[in-house]
Amino acid sequence: MARSKEALVLLLDVGPSMHSILPEVEKLCTMLVQKKLMFNKNHEVGVVLFGTEETKNELEKEVGGYENVFVLRDIKVVDADVVDILHNIPRGKFPGDFMDAIVVGIDMLIKKFGDTNKGKQCLCLVTNAQYPIKDPYEGTKEDQVDKISSNMKAHGIKFDCVVIRENPVRSAGKSVIDENDHLLNQFSKNTISKIVHVDNPLALVGALRTRSISPVTVFRGDLELGSTMKIKVWVYKKTSEEKFPALKKYSDKAPSSDKYATHEVKVDFEYKSKEDPDKVVPPEQRIKGYRYGPQVIPISSAEWDSVKLKPDKGVKLLGFTDSSNIKRHYYMKDVYTFIPEPGNRKAIVAVSAIARAMKELNKVAILRCVWRQGQGSVVIGILSPNVSCMDNIPDSFYFNILPFAEDVREFQFPSFSRFPAAWLPNAHQQEAADNFVRMLDLAPSDREEMLKPEFTPNPVLERFYRYLDLKSKQPDASVPPLDSTLKRMIEPDTDLPSKDKSAIDNFHSHFELKENPKKKKPTTLAWNEKPSLTDNEAGADGRTSDIQRNLIQDSSVVKVEKIGDSNPIQDFEAMMARRDNPKWIMKAIQGMRAYINDLLENSYRGDTFPKAIECLAALRKGCILEQEPKEFNRFLFHLYDKWKTSDLLEFFKILPSKNVTLITKTEAADSDVTEEEAKNFPLKPEPSS
Amino acid sequence: MNLDPQGLFRDDSDSDDEFVQEKEKDTSKEMVVYLIDASPKMFDLVGNDEDKSQTYFHAAISSISQSLKTQIIGKSYDEVAICFFNTKEKKNLQDLNGVFVFNVNDREYLDQPTAKLIKEFSCIEGTFMSNIGSQYGIIPGSRENSLYSALWVAQALLRKGSPKYVSKRILIFTNEDNPFGNITGAAKTDMIRTTVQRAYDAQEMGILIEILPLSIPDEPFNVSHFYADLIGLEGDEVAQFLPSAVERLEDMTDQLTKRIFKKRIVRTISFSIAKSINIEVNTYALIRPALPGSVTWLDSVTNHSLKAERSFICADTGALVHEPPKRFHPYKNENVKFSLDELSEIKRISNGHLCLLGFKPLDLLKDYHNLKPSTFVFPTDETIIGSTQIFIALHRSMLQLKRFALAFYGGSANPRLVALVAQDEVISSSGQVEPPGMHMIYLPFSDDIRHVEELQTTADADVPHATDDQIKKASVLMKRMELKDFSVCQFANPALQRHYGILQALALGEDEMPDIKDETLPDEDGMARPTIVNALEDFKIAVYGENHDLEEVSSKKSSNTDASRKRKAVVEAAVESAANHDWADLADNGKLKDLTVPELKNYLTAHNIPVTGKKEALISRILTHLGR
Repeated sequence: MARSKEALVLLLDVGPSMHSILPEVEKLCTMLVQKKLMFNKNHEVGVVLFGTEETKNELEKEVGGYENVFVLRDIKVVDADVVDILHNIPRGKFPGDFMDAIVVGIDMLIKKFGDTNKGKQCLCLVTNAQYPIKDPYEGTKEDQVDKISSNMKAHGIKFDCVVIRENPVRSAGKSVIDENDHLLNQFSKNTISKIVHVDNPLALVGALRTRSISPVTVFRGDLELGSTMKIKVWVYKKTSEEKFPALKKYSDKAPSSDKYATHEVKVDFEYKSKEDPDKVVPPEQRIKGYRYGPQVIPISSAEWDSVKLKPDKGVKLLGFTDSSNIKRHYYMKDVYTFIPEPGNRKAIVAVSAIARAMKELNKVAILRCVWRQGQGSVVIGILSPNVSCMDNIPDSFYFNILPFAEDVREFQFPSFSRFPAAWLPNAHQQEAADNFVRMLDLAPSDREEMLKPEFTPNPVLERFYRYLDLKSKQPDASVPPLDSTLKRMIEPDTDLPSKDKSAIDNFHSHFELKENPKKKKPTTLAWNEKPSLTDNEAGADGRTSDIQRNLIQDSSVVKVEKIGDSNPIQDFEAMMARRDNPKWIMKAIQGMRAYINDLLENSYRGDTFPKAIECLAALRKGCILEQEPKEFNRFLFHLYDKWKTSDLLEFFKILPSKNVTLITKTEAADSDVTEEEAKNFPLKPEPSS
Repeated sequence: MNLDPQGLFRDDSDSDDEFVQEKEKDTSKEMVVYLIDASPKMFDLVGNDEDKSQTYFHAAISSISQSLKTQIIGKSYDEVAICFFNTKEKKNLQDLNGVFVFNVNDREYLDQPTAKLIKEFSCIEGTFMSNIGSQYGIIPGSRENSLYSALWVAQALLRKGSPKYVSKRILIFTNEDNPFGNITGAAKTDMIRTTVQRAYDAQEMGILIEILPLSIPDEPFNVSHFYADLIGLEGDEVAQFLPSAVERLEDMTDQLTKRIFKKRIVRTISFSIAKSINIEVNTYALIRPALPGSVTWLDSVTNHSLKAERSFICADTGALVHEPPKRFHPYKNENVKFSLDELSEIKRISNGHLCLLGFKPLDLLKDYHNLKPSTFVFPTDETIIGSTQIFIALHRSMLQLKRFALAFYGGSANPRLVALVAQDEVISSSGQVEPPGMHMIYLPFSDDIRHVEELQTTADADVPHATDDQIKKASVLMKRMELKDFSVCQFANPALQRHYGILQALALGEDEMPDIKDETLPDEDGMARPTIVNALEDFKIAVYGENHDLEEVSSKKSSNTDASRKRKAVVEAAVESAANHDWADLADNGKLKDLTVPELKNYLTAHNIPVTGKKEALISRILTHLGR
């Protein structure tokens, strides 16, 4: 299909000032090309470097000039070579002239396609635009840009530009940079272009959409404000998760000599009745059942179709409301965008009027949408304005789906103000927290916003594509570690400016964390200390916190804190022996009682009796040792009371034979049970409460 | 296997497994006994307005039946028993006075809720007095203790199932804060002691007892009279226990319904604030799309459920393959193979913690920075003391400085950047509307965001924008069409309501299909009000000009004629070529299958029959049309 045949020319600045960032440029470009290899196999790619020592381009041969522009690869369908080329971009020694590179790129595209393929050609420039461009032979630089851009427009060439500058620019170069930025911006006035400024390697890796997806409308039709007033709109997805590629299952059954083997695996489903596992029920004999409580209700598709909800296609306005009325966390799904029907000036103006009025008054609209006829469900959502800041892009709306009543669970949580004072921060702590929040600012006024979603690549996908390429060369390669540039989005920056560090330390010193002694240390905490993940723990700075030490200390000896199923008696004895807190004894006794209760409760024909008796004997022994006879006696009475009428009576009959009976006065002074009573238990119980 | 063949409830984006099935931290099955006080005091009227006032009893019944309805949809494996106490009649296995276990046919006392149970329970009030009756169960001079008996019955009902796998709860609905108030002396202390002991015994068996007090401002419910002891509240907890008194009965029902469900923690995660400051938080799923239950395949002859068996077949050799251990992806003309371990290793890029990266002003969280429903985060001091304090300090700072926290949340499944937005508590007359805490919003990555607007970029800077006058007209319209008291999620999902309405009707064997009102349709009457109509008309003229409708009609006409002319030509051509065959003859001799698909389509087009589908479908359609 002609539609998928896009052509892209990468214009890469390889001049000396770019060297530090070139590894990231390589990553970005290989990712882009790799995805084309997988998803858009017939796209074409050319690569042009500028700032090189050598010069190789047709314009130089034809008309002269255009030095230091090197065509690394002509426009060709993507292949494995281009990935390798981009892995190792040669470094150049000369300051590059991006304007020359643009002209060379355009020339390549025009020579290759002429007047065909309009709108599917793209130039992509990556530069820091730090060096001045040469003055043109005639006219001003601005005139030159105008000439070039009218040429681009005539041939339907799009222009993407990533300007990367890591450090704030020294004043000396400032004028050059301002001039260059001005020139680049001039492109966007009359061509379809996009200029992106980034200031860190991470953002660079995310700066280009590496996968081209031709957008599909979800809906085309009327946005009905009322029965008489409608606006023609097109609805697209604005966000949509790019999933991990679906891999196919591999079958190694085909002989290795078979060159045409697909190695694919087909999945086959058979439905068998539960009663007769050998009988396969044919598809026409199957009927769908829907669960309703314990019942499963059979209903055929035809029947279902005749009764199910069949809303009419359409997008209807329910009304407007204050934007503060709708909390951000109610947004349910990926986001849509409503744009006015292209070319329809009335629609563009109508959308613009509403969007701007919404923005002015802080209002949003509530819509009810049925995207397709026969869809079977409706969505309610919020329409919010997206007022364009570019002259040549019309205003539009964003649309987020809101939950229905059934989708919300209204759990109640305690108010923070009702918490005990010890759980609330005091004034000093609050101040430290305020400072902390202020200091860890990711969007300082003097820099570009950091970790902007628009420029943040998906680390898992990045890793997958890198591994894929690696594996294609070395089939037994192991998974590479996460790219160091991308680590920045997983862990906080380790080399912070000192003022930030002091805010953290200050915050640190105001709060104390310690492990709750009542609870066993969760395994997740142990995880935390994995060296591969937090590599800066071991005394990187002097004050590796008390908190951490606390945590480690407490966890160093794993203390038994509850009666487990595998070794109940040992657990019980260990707990009874704990001397760090007297309440462990009560805890142990309670735990054991609950455990015995469980055993008896779940017994089937006395299968748990032996274990229960062992436990009971251990409990008895423990209670004598700790002089808690009453605890034991009460428990025994309680058990008896509870189960004397059930088949567990058997259990009590065994007890005397195992010497498990009430604790007597002679065994523990606190007991008020005589030898006689103990002997008679459970036959003549006399509760002594 | 297509579980939702109609694609009813899944949009183009099907939700991750992670989001549909919540991973539950503790036991997933629940058994609940509703203990409803049926004493005469429960039949007092709430509120002063004679016409509208209802009884406390009504509030309890309606909130329970509402939650049963939710339960049968969402968590139908949970089991419930409904039990009244302080009744005239008795019905329970222990044969105790004043306790009545309500049930319907084909159901054990403690069992999954059925359609019939819900139906009969929701209209129980009409027949309650005649069938079950109400009387005080605790009276001076008698040894009867209906509360004790009720707890006993409930505990006995909950005997089945190990507490390891099932969470068991008793919920007491009452408006009597002092059940032994009219007893004096030793009898009273004795009764209190035995009742509390009964409750302790139950708790020892792993049963949680909760009290849902019904109280109004004039007579606040005082837990410390008796119930604090019963449910084991101590010190601070008594103060925290919040039976907020409410004015209106609907609010009371609301509040009860909210409290009936147990909060389920999705996960407890470690939140690392900075190096060596790790606090613990619980996450809750407060908003998740409700989906209809999954489809079970049945044998249409016996109505027994079927078991799906999956088998893997090698596409090359046809041999049966056991679950293949490797996956592959074609790349550079070859197949690159991955083991499952390698794949999970790729996805494991962080340790599953929530890791704070920094803060940003709230206005940088754009409306399109969203992918899936948010998750609620609330601190816990259970394992790390001091977590709550740090969380609250940050929460307050973020609210005050109007910032959100950016963090990385890396589960093994789908690691993402998230925005943590602090939410202050919001309380209305019906109780808590927004709980205090943070909402975790999952942010898209650069590849997830599409720049659709840019597609519309035109090379000429000639895109019209609205004039001030047009914006003013739009503002007027907006004020006129203001939705009064709009609250998110005020609408029930019509598709889901319909779905369950039909199922309920079928479950009860009713012939009539229920008519479910679609609440989501615009308010036609409201829209027809002259002020709105005028505002709309003004706006329309401002943006479209005076003669818009006329222009539309004329342009439609021309485009219509164009399209219809084209269609006509196609049909004519089809008729012409269809005439080349003797269709009746072909059909009789079974020779239709020898024709090509375009040839078959000619016939269909000529007779105005749909032309979609596979060849067999086309042939069968032709045969039907020919009447064979």
